[in-house]
Amino acid sequence: MENVITVYVEEENGERTPIEVPTDMSLSLMEVLKGSGYPIEATCGGMALCATCHVAIIHDPGLHEAQDAELDMLDMVPNLTDESRLSCQIRPENAYDGLVVKILGDH
Amino acid sequence: MITTDICVIGAGPVGLFAIFEAGLLKLRCHLIDVLPQVGGQLSEIYPKKPIYDIPGYPEVLAQDLIDNLMKQAEPFKPTFSLGERADEIERQEDGSFITTSSDGTKIHSQVICIAGGLGCFEPRKPAVEDLEKFEGKGITYMIKDPEMFRDKKVILAGGGDSALDWTMYLASIASELTLIHRNSSFRGAPDSADKVMALADQGKIKVLLNSNLTKVHGNGSLQEVSIVDKEKNTYQMETDYLVPLFGLSPKLGPLENWGLEIENGALIVNTKDFETNIPGIYAIGDINTYPGKLKLILSGFHEAALMSHGAYRRIFPDKVLNLKYTTVNGVQAF
Repeated sequence: MENVITVYVEEENGERTPIEVPTDMSLSLMEVLKGSGYPIEATCGGMALCATCHVAIIHDPGLHEAQDAELDMLDMVPNLTDESRLSCQIRPENAYDGLVVKILGDH
Repeated sequence: MITTDICVIGAGPVGLFAIFEAGLLKLRCHLIDVLPQVGGQLSEIYPKKPIYDIPGYPEVLAQDLIDNLMKQAEPFKPTFSLGERADEIERQEDGSFITTSSDGTKIHSQVICIAGGLGCFEPRKPAVEDLEKFEGKGITYMIKDPEMFRDKKVILAGGGDSALDWTMYLASIASELTLIHRNSSFRGAPDSADKVMALADQGKIKVLLNSNLTKVHGNGSLQEVSIVDKEKNTYQMETDYLVPLFGLSPKLGPLENWGLEIENGALIVNTKDFETNIPGIYAIGDINTYPGKLKLILSGFHEAALMSHGAYRRIFPDKVLNLKYTTVNGVQAF
């Protein structure tokens, strides 16, 4: 399908759940994950100001780099990993097909 | 004991507007909020962000909106318990309530209005083994009285502005001060970061970059922490206090145990007056849910108006309530 990619969410048990993500609806990955029923609070609504949408990138098909606001916030997250990103700052593009993320939250 | 008509839990924009709407009906409000200032997440998380969907304001900064709401509420002389969490509520025989705060403040009110947003802001805790065992026994997440650290060994953890600010402040108070940060540099205010690094260069404090806390140890109270560096070397450091400073994150908190019906972390209310399943307890703003709910500040404002009318009918069941317009009647201050 045009402008739809598949993103996988790695669950606690290691299984990967595929989610179809539209790339032409200006949704952030956070909004897609939340809409798919994952328990993401998204307190700040997607302004990179709360870190409740913190994810680890398990497979990176070449995401755009994090900007200052995202890096500032990630600095505050106690459970930061080398693969950490804020899903609200990831705007799905067609090139991101096959992305694998794990939801970490902010604790 | 504080006596009021409506005990409003949460002093964010919606809680603040409830003062105004209740005030038009001559109902008094006392607000309680776990944060030390009013404004909720607008003041705590994004004070400088512009908001574009407040009717009549093409653009307004979050903090300016809060300041204006306080000005609007002022004629109705609201009272506040700030920096206190609403811990318990007790229903009285006459249907009124007594709310008890984390500091032991008691508020007697005819009704309760929960305007708690996403819940109480609580400190984010790092994933460190045994951390909770030493809370209050050497580990603290907020600094209320810096003097408690005088001539003590103190370790701060974090890399944000708060960690940098407290490092500068405590450098001359603690006998030994160490700042642990997981990255190779600080992203907080550059000026603060420079000052902290200068203190480290002068040997006044220790700054451990690329380092992480892994474990805390002690016999009753905290005595030592384990730290791992980028090369995966683990070592121990003696300390009297550890202060993780990783910001705040919202939790639903004590109201989870009040017998209120909850769905996906939100309180279920009716849409007539936003009353919960417990008569006399209302919930407005982001903390409630109902069919069609939109988590917008403007929805919360609407809910505050209907809640106030519902509260009035509950408190004065025999009185007839006519809707009065401020254009006709003005604002009759208390």
